[in-house]
Amino acid sequence: MRMLLIDRRAWQEGLKRAAGQYGLIGPVKEKEFHSFRPLKPGEMPDLAFQNSRLSPKHVVYPQTEPMFAYTLDETREDRHLLKEVRREIPPRAVVGIRPCDAKAFVLVRLNFDTPDVQDPYWLRAYEATTFIGMGCNAPCSSCFCTTAGCGPFHEEGLDLLLADLGEAFAAKVLTPKGEAFARAAGWTAEAPAGAQSAFQERARAAEGRITSFVQTEHLKSIPVNDLYNASFWEEVSFSCINCGTCTYSCPTCWCFDIQDETRGKSGVRLRLWDSCMYPLFTLHGSGHNPRGTKLHRVRQRFMHKLKYFVEKYDRGIQCVGCGRCVRLCPVNIDIRRVCNMMNGFAVSGEACAIP
Amino acid sequence: MTSTTEILRETAARLLSTGAVEMVIGFRQGTVPMMNEPCFVRKPAEAGLLVWDSHCGINLANYVTDRKEKKIGIVAKGCDSRNLVTHILENKIRREQLVVIGVPCRGMADKRKIAMKCPGEILRVHETETAITAEGEGFTRTFEKADVLQHNCSLCIHRNPVIHDELAGEPVEEQQGVDRYADVRAVEAMSPEQRWKYFEDLLAPCIRCYACRNACPLCYCPTCFVDESRPQWVGKGQDPVDVRTFHFLRAYHCAGRCTDCGACERACPVGINMRLFTKKLEKDCLELFGWEAGLSLEVRPALDHYRPNDPNDFIR
Repeated sequence: MRMLLIDRRAWQEGLKRAAGQYGLIGPVKEKEFHSFRPLKPGEMPDLAFQNSRLSPKHVVYPQTEPMFAYTLDETREDRHLLKEVRREIPPRAVVGIRPCDAKAFVLVRLNFDTPDVQDPYWLRAYEATTFIGMGCNAPCSSCFCTTAGCGPFHEEGLDLLLADLGEAFAAKVLTPKGEAFARAAGWTAEAPAGAQSAFQERARAAEGRITSFVQTEHLKSIPVNDLYNASFWEEVSFSCINCGTCTYSCPTCWCFDIQDETRGKSGVRLRLWDSCMYPLFTLHGSGHNPRGTKLHRVRQRFMHKLKYFVEKYDRGIQCVGCGRCVRLCPVNIDIRRVCNMMNGFAVSGEACAIP
Repeated sequence: MTSTTEILRETAARLLSTGAVEMVIGFRQGTVPMMNEPCFVRKPAEAGLLVWDSHCGINLANYVTDRKEKKIGIVAKGCDSRNLVTHILENKIRREQLVVIGVPCRGMADKRKIAMKCPGEILRVHETETAITAEGEGFTRTFEKADVLQHNCSLCIHRNPVIHDELAGEPVEEQQGVDRYADVRAVEAMSPEQRWKYFEDLLAPCIRCYACRNACPLCYCPTCFVDESRPQWVGKGQDPVDVRTFHFLRAYHCAGRCTDCGACERACPVGINMRLFTKKLEKDCLELFGWEAGLSLEVRPALDHYRPNDPNDFIR
């Protein structure tokens, strides 16, 4: 695999050059936090961050996305017809994305790109995007990526993976898309052996700095009904306030709602992020709600990520260990603790109070 | 461990073992620095789980809404106790269901403020009565507690619980001469255009996660107006009109009820100070009706009670 050496000047100039062919999206500090947004002409990604406050999933999967437009004007022949709103997405690159967030797109793709159904909105946006990863030299204490099928220098879902070596970056070219971006940026210098081993050294050191872990090895084999009926859900869910912070900050949460919004005689059908934490998520037209209590909803979130997904796809857990939900939960519900409780669960006589 | 923690554990164990309560709601040690988790204990042996420090900011009144137990012990600092009063007045819990374990409060730490003053990720935090020390890789910073309090706590004039059956510690001195509304006056002084722009900027980061609403003990409606679908009052996307509608109306629903406990601001994952809205209404209630929420079980709240002598000059 090819590795390039990019010094600081080549980095800045390369990004400026690449901006001619790609829309660049990168981490920018606004007020207190870093977030991913399109870079203005000449603007550089601010790499002085551990990770962005919220995940960059919105780059491919906007929180609010028009799918169709329609008119209710009775005098028009095309009245009441849904017409696709096509989001034209020129080639773009997310510069400085963390490996966990890039891996998350690979997991989310399992939902939006199936043998039966390919979601055109998600796929068009994903395929138009090149992912330039920045290895995590200093992971957070709440990151647990190495036991969540990922790692601070994990390559899955990335086109280029960079290691910050201080005076320069070493960049591993992982895909033809990565190769094309490097060409557009004019990054051609092959990394000497020293830089290559420095890259490996950074990756090893970063993994060694991960201090937080989850156990997942038994999740698949524990019978689903046993976990569902486990007695710990009341205790786990007690503090939950059923906000959407965990699901909206999560790079792997993919659930959405569809809403029509009409103004005057024209309307749009929108796709919007939704959250299994909200009572409305499962409310039936009849008024019945099969997940009527917060215990049901909290259980659903963890069972989906740590059990149903594991069984359905056999690709590990639906979590990359980015730790955002751990850091942002207003009441400190910690997926690491819950994952370990689930993984260590052995059926006792005690069943859950609310079945 | 603070002595408050010891008193709480002892009190909880006693209340549980004598059968005075079926459960005690309090805080347990969190899994990340500056964060404790609301929890319940049902057995005297579990009382050792309970902790108290400057990171117990979540308003526990939120956790007794419509609970069916006959007797619940609940740990309550000043603002929690005021929200318990409001809950009782609004029939969300009955006074006789509660054994209030009051905690005189010196204010809760603002974890974002502390994080911003540190050069790296905070890995450990410990505190004394007046100072908080944060440690990370290669740094140790000690702050006077008064300098890193949540904004609402620094302005608080009701630190002692207004109702309690037990008290975990000596009452603290209430802060005197606090100017509670300097920030609101600054917004009031803006021109309508400036103010609109200010609100737009304030709310721009909102992701509609509803953490502010759900952390609030006042927001217990079975179906919130933003979740109504027939009719649907508010769009669910990122349209600024819908985002504003949610925040403004939420604030109005808290008028005369909000105790400025700061739960909403603390819960927000993107750092929005939506307290400005509720504080404006709090200020109006104080100035127009002489009303402060949650101070007494004997007086009906300003907005659910008509008095012929209400000072209503502002609508004449």
